[in-house]
Amino acid sequence: MTAAGTISQASALASDWPGNFWLHLLVFALIILAFVILTVIILIWLERRLLGRIQVRPGPNRAGPFGLLQPIADVVKILTKEDTVPGWGDRLVFWLAPLVAFVPVLLVFAVVPFWNGALLADLNIGILYVLAVSSVASVGIFMTGWASGNKYSLIGAMRDIAQLISYEIPMMLSLAAVVLVAGSLSLNEIVAAQDVPYILLQPMGFTIFFIAALAEANRTPFDLVEADSEIVAGFNIEYSGMKFAILYLMEYSEVVFIAAIATSLFLGGWRGPFLPPFLWFVIKMFAVFFVLIWIRGTLPRLRIDQVMAFAWKFLLPLALINLVVTGAQVVFWPQAPYWSLVPINVTLLAALLLLWARFFRLGGSRVGI
Amino acid sequence: MALKTEPFVLNIGPLHPSTHGVFRLLATLDGEVVIDIEPIIGYLHRGIEKLAEEREYQKDIPLCDRLDYVAAMSHSMAYVMAVEKLLGISVPERAEYIRVIMVELQRIASHLLAVGSIANEIGTFFTPFMYMFRERERILDLFDMVCGQRLLYNYMRFGGVSHDLPEEFIPALAKFINQMPGYIDEYDQLLAENEILLVRTKGIGVLPPELAINCSVSGPTLRASGVARDIRRCDPYSIYDRFEFDIPTRTAGDCYDRYRQRIEEMRQSLRIIRQAVEQLPQGKVNSQVPIRVRPPQGDVFVHVEAPRGELGFYLVSDGSEKPYRFHIRAPSLINLTPLREMIIGWKLADAIVIFGSIDIIMGEIDR
Repeated sequence: MTAAGTISQASALASDWPGNFWLHLLVFALIILAFVILTVIILIWLERRLLGRIQVRPGPNRAGPFGLLQPIADVVKILTKEDTVPGWGDRLVFWLAPLVAFVPVLLVFAVVPFWNGALLADLNIGILYVLAVSSVASVGIFMTGWASGNKYSLIGAMRDIAQLISYEIPMMLSLAAVVLVAGSLSLNEIVAAQDVPYILLQPMGFTIFFIAALAEANRTPFDLVEADSEIVAGFNIEYSGMKFAILYLMEYSEVVFIAAIATSLFLGGWRGPFLPPFLWFVIKMFAVFFVLIWIRGTLPRLRIDQVMAFAWKFLLPLALINLVVTGAQVVFWPQAPYWSLVPINVTLLAALLLLWARFFRLGGSRVGI
Repeated sequence: MALKTEPFVLNIGPLHPSTHGVFRLLATLDGEVVIDIEPIIGYLHRGIEKLAEEREYQKDIPLCDRLDYVAAMSHSMAYVMAVEKLLGISVPERAEYIRVIMVELQRIASHLLAVGSIANEIGTFFTPFMYMFRERERILDLFDMVCGQRLLYNYMRFGGVSHDLPEEFIPALAKFINQMPGYIDEYDQLLAENEILLVRTKGIGVLPPELAINCSVSGPTLRASGVARDIRRCDPYSIYDRFEFDIPTRTAGDCYDRYRQRIEEMRQSLRIIRQAVEQLPQGKVNSQVPIRVRPPQGDVFVHVEAPRGELGFYLVSDGSEKPYRFHIRAPSLINLTPLREMIIGWKLADAIVIFGSIDIIMGEIDR
């Protein structure tokens, strides 16, 4: 996207909007910011409550009704903490890293359609933008690890980079299949094209995307970056106070981001009967949250070499096969009715998963010393 | 062309989420691979052996509770048995049965903690841990009912136990042992066939039986390697010869087997408790033993099967009211002997799991 393109698009939008265009843009950006942060707060509360239910304990229930004010209490506590910088760390990078990690995640929401046309910038390369910008967050995580001058955080940061490089590729390929089906890179148009949610048309694409997104957002079972039983807190071990709060916010914004992208690309975004579109979007997003929290409450963590092997030996071939099959379907059978494509694709997913599960084992052996 | 890398030393502990207390591990890492470790212990040293030699025999019982604070019943029972052997006194039937019930409940509680922490170290975010603590809590409630304490019981006495069982204990215990098998099945549903748990534990940290025997490893860690040695069976003490139970063993000796081993042992402990409750006789729970005992000169060694392995007490009496020598063979410490051979060559994440699967308690190691 060139600068000229952005400006021309902005002016195209400006002609639609009455009054001061930039003021509108600012207000809308602030609304999105508020939406993301509010969702993060609710998500944190929801995660703690649900994990509590999963783990046969009540979860936070003291601050406010149902513990709803717990995140606020946490923020107040965190803000009163001393803001320390390790003496052996890199001060500038240490200070910059939370911002570098957090801002890209926020930027992604610029192209997320909350309802039809309600998005900050309807870029015609929306998906590319999402993938490109969201990867920058990992640079921020690596910066935290590097600047902390701590071996634990450095190990965490190294793991994050390795994970990012591996999982970016299957993720892109699975999204490319979606683009093939929808015929557009713009998220709004992809949502508009989903007469049936793409989770049905692209079951394999969704599976791969979801797993890769778990790895991108460092969620269980790929939470090696902050594996508490191995490297204590991983990349954010030296952070405290507001900087820690921003890193924490970043982690949960990433969850909101993958939920928003999964909703838009696979679950039909704002589309749905009866309820207003925005509500549908939020409902679907929280359904994704629920699955994420459920996974976190259930699964153990993989080892780093297994995480790598899983990406390269399992997800990448499946993503390639999916791309080829989808391409063939789009080219040779463009008028295919949904009722025939859905069973074919679901069967294909099941067959391939079974095949891979049979012939492929994660393992990793002892290294001879 | 390979990049030139150099190993670095990672200090794990003494304050680390998975060191089970204050264990310290200096691990030399090459990337993620552990190429050398140096365990450092002593952060919880309280000088219990020396303290015990400075006190009268009776006052050492609470000290023994504090050795292995998640299996306090087993430890005080072993100590009390050693002193009884020195004194040459016998224990009433009912007291023996109560002791066995307590010790086996303690074994279940301790194994629940062990399996829960193994699951935690593999990275399940506390869910199996909390499930197992739910049942451990009920065992602690049972102990609370009997002796008013939940962690350090001070329940065993020379010649018996301090109190008889309260009336409500047996129904509560019966309810628990009827429900517990269902709970163990629930843990299995959650963990035993979990694909990620399997790849994280199968074949990892194998302890060959020869090495285990050479390092005199004992307890579940040894039996998971295929050596069927259990003090309850090979040198029956107390009334263990009256019960029917199996000594389960596993073959591979990897982390998965050490986890499964503990699950099986819990089932066997339940069997023993069930039989003990059925056979529980009426009668006294304490024989008349003076508070200040003066055992005759001599020495005695008593070993029992504690949850973590063979626990031995070696006491030397010089005829006074304090033990002349008070030595503990702590299973946790000796089970750590093959740690280096088990960990080296595995990744950092595996090292944590292998270490956790040995299941140590620092109070017993540092003493």
